[in-house]
Amino acid sequence: MEASVLIFGLVNSATLMLVALGFSLIFGLSGVANLAHGGIYLFSGYVTWMLMNYLGVPFLLAVPLTIIIAGVLGALIYWVALKRVRGLHLSEVIATFAVGVAILELFRWMGFVTYEFTLPVFIKGSVDIAGVSIDYQRLLIIGIGLLLAFALWVFSRYTKMGLALRGMAQDEYTALSIGIDSDWAAALSMALGSAIAAIAAISILPLGIISINMGYEVLIMALAVSVVGGLESITGLVVASIILGFAKTITGTYFDPKWMEVIYLFALVLVLAIKPSGLFGKFKELEERV
Amino acid sequence: MSKETILEVRNLSKNFGGVKAVSEVSFQLKRGEALGVMGPNGCGKSTLINLITGFIKPSSGQVFYQGKDITGIAPHKAVNLGIARSFQMAKPFYNIPVYKNLIIPLFSPRVRKLVGGKFGDRDEAAIHLLEDVGFERDSSIPYKAAGSLPHGYVKRLELARCLSLEPDLIILDELFSGMSMSEVASILPFLERLRDEGKTLIMVEHRLKELFRVVDKVVVLNFGKKIAEGLPEEVVQNEEVRKSYLGSEVDSSA
Amino acid sequence: MSAKVGYRKERLDRGIKARTDDIFAISTYREILYLILPRVFVIAGLLIFPLLGDFTGVYWQNVIVITCTIALLALSWDLLHSVGLVSLGQAVFFGVGAYITGFLAQQFGLPPLVTIPLATVFGALVCTMLLYPVLRLRGVYFGLITFALPLLFMRIIETTKVLGGTEGMSGLPALPSIAISLYIIITITLVCVFGFQRLFETDYGLVLKAIKDNDRSVIAAGFNISWFKAQAVFIAALPATFAGAFLTHHYQFVGIPAFATDYSILPLASAIVGGPGSFFGAMLGAFLLVPLSELLRDLGTLRIVIYSVILLIFVVGLPEGLYPYLRRKYFQFERVVSMELEEGGK
Ligand SMILES: Nc1ncnc2c1ncn2[C@@H]1O[C@H](COP(=O)(O)OP(=O)(O)OP(=O)(O)O)[C@@H](O)[C@H]1O
Ligand SMILES: [Mg+2]
Repeated sequence: MEASVLIFGLVNSATLMLVALGFSLIFGLSGVANLAHGGIYLFSGYVTWMLMNYLGVPFLLAVPLTIIIAGVLGALIYWVALKRVRGLHLSEVIATFAVGVAILELFRWMGFVTYEFTLPVFIKGSVDIAGVSIDYQRLLIIGIGLLLAFALWVFSRYTKMGLALRGMAQDEYTALSIGIDSDWAAALSMALGSAIAAIAAISILPLGIISINMGYEVLIMALAVSVVGGLESITGLVVASIILGFAKTITGTYFDPKWMEVIYLFALVLVLAIKPSGLFGKFKELEERV
Repeated sequence: MSKETILEVRNLSKNFGGVKAVSEVSFQLKRGEALGVMGPNGCGKSTLINLITGFIKPSSGQVFYQGKDITGIAPHKAVNLGIARSFQMAKPFYNIPVYKNLIIPLFSPRVRKLVGGKFGDRDEAAIHLLEDVGFERDSSIPYKAAGSLPHGYVKRLELARCLSLEPDLIILDELFSGMSMSEVASILPFLERLRDEGKTLIMVEHRLKELFRVVDKVVVLNFGKKIAEGLPEEVVQNEEVRKSYLGSEVDSSA
Repeated sequence: MSAKVGYRKERLDRGIKARTDDIFAISTYREILYLILPRVFVIAGLLIFPLLGDFTGVYWQNVIVITCTIALLALSWDLLHSVGLVSLGQAVFFGVGAYITGFLAQQFGLPPLVTIPLATVFGALVCTMLLYPVLRLRGVYFGLITFALPLLFMRIIETTKVLGGTEGMSGLPALPSIAISLYIIITITLVCVFGFQRLFETDYGLVLKAIKDNDRSVIAAGFNISWFKAQAVFIAALPATFAGAFLTHHYQFVGIPAFATDYSILPLASAIVGGPGSFFGAMLGAFLLVPLSELLRDLGTLRIVIYSVILLIFVVGLPEGLYPYLRRKYFQFERVVSMELEEGGK
């Protein structure tokens, strides 16, 4: 395998992982398939842009502000849209879908569609690795992706709050009885997931211009990774990111680049059709519990 | 007079990850017999039922029904062979009137083949069944949405659902749990009558006194293993059974 | 302590309710009239509309064609919902029906009379087979795959340039006249509304409804629920693929827009706003939202935002929808009665 395939495959995998982390976290912790994920992602990109261009906030300040704003948006979505339909899966899906479409189409209507909407990179420049020129931002994406995945793993396993949230996800009834507030926990997981979506947006969007269709694209990417890996499995998330990331790179290098965009959708539909519980899904057994 | 074997379970096992929910359980059941399955909480009684009825696929072992191997059969096919079961966590069809809840089993392939019946005929049959399990015909209860039923009635509806399938083998998973004393007392004679009519029964139950009034023999499970089998009076004297129940329940009821 | 006299509203149901909520014992002519009048109104109104071409103008005739299209998609959505399947991509049914018609018309030069029925049935079959694998699963999977499929088809057609690629196929044979078009689609819509409603009153329909409530007990009653769900998907796909096939000949064109989000969001919003589960609700929703959307044409994509917000409001706040509410109001008298109030009462 060529070095470039290896490196860009890694970059693509890390991108996918970053994009999917927020979605997967929310699903794992509160069981909500957050179809507003793409909307929140793009919202974060535009918020950073607006903070910098309308209010003149410096980039380094705009980043944490955006992450906080996205977190608040996530919690808000929970209180406004999800709280009252909690547990009704069909309604949850429709509600988050509606929120996502509303956010994206609102930005489209407001005219956020031209090439001027770009975010700055953290560090300019590029390096040569094994004869392949790669910019720092892409390397950064790999770093942030790994760091975030590790941080989440530690959070959900070794912190009190993380354990409480996980307990909630596994057995709502027991969690309630030992005094964990269900609404609070779910709102928090929405906030966390949205904040992570913001981090993903701020790291990835500088690579190109911000466009509305990215929002839908990002949702597809997150869905593809989560479904291929098996919803709510961390190992699955990492493995699926790598599989899809390399599949995309290899398609682009050795076949026809125009097929690159179809890969995720194709994988999504294929896995749903053949093994809907995904590579690492535990759903099959749980479903049988009677 | 020895009768044919209707159900045979051979070395049936099921692992959930590391947990051996059911391990190497075997027993036989003759047509017309009533079998009780007992054991402490989490010992694998429901899992055993699920394995027999096809709701869960076994890790190993076999199930024979009327001489045919039905291991890992699709659950709806088991029903159409004549095995009807109730669920421990009984749930009605919430948004459908109570008597229409029974139209669904009455419309099933099995009943249509055995009894026939057209659209509309089934309403009367459903009301009859409800009467059998103790719904008052002239009250408004059978006509309300099933979501509004009190728990005891849900259990009786569950029993009626099993009976409506004209089953050869009836498996009841903790029918009495969630019923009041008086409800249990009112449903017991009905179960005894079923047994006397020669229906084959399997009952999973924690209320041993009531269970022993209905069943001819019992199988006791502990940690997924069969630890005893035999007549109710014999089994409660068994040392291992007493230990698994920590004495209390068996003493008070035997 | 003096008793005050207060007033309260008392509600009475029309008709004498017998035993269940849905059987009425009817005694007088007036009551029968009261029951069937709304239906007669709707049917008569829709059947007379096409005759008023000179009066309404072609523009509004076209609006009604589109309204019926969306109504058909909404009915399809509602049927799926009644079996516990939430579709986020009605566009997939629409698009498949549209493209099959387009293909048949262009490749073989078949007339609409042949292509539309063929595409309806064949398209429904194709969709059912595509969706069959996820029918085994509960939860969000059906929503996910219906969300992904239209996008996938769009991309595939774009990249492979099959079936006309981004250009689409144009110059397809037209339907004879707008009045005939209107009659066809209005009749089909009415047949579907009343047909689906009837279907759910049969024992077969009851099984479908029961799957949504509690699939486990339906299995325990001896039904193969995947097979039943597949039948439901096929039946639900029919009006939707028909809508696609019909509109293709109406526009004499089929292209990538056949898989557009509009055909997913609008039916979804219509069914939810009108009230899922009653079929009349889905139709009512379409007849409210689509003309509204025509009035709001100048707002561009803001319309989609508005739909999404309406959708959200109804899903979260008024899950029952408009139709059941209106129906209840219609069947109730309200009258003011006096009553005695205790001291300190309201
Ligand atoms: N689907 C499943 N996945 C994982 N473990 C399971 C599953 N179903 C049951 N178990 C485990 O298998 C064991 C046996 O469970 P089962 O429900 O059969 O017990 P039981 O005897 O019916 O208990 P009870 O009297 O409380 O109804 C338990 O430890 C349970 O946690
Ligand atoms: Mg049990």
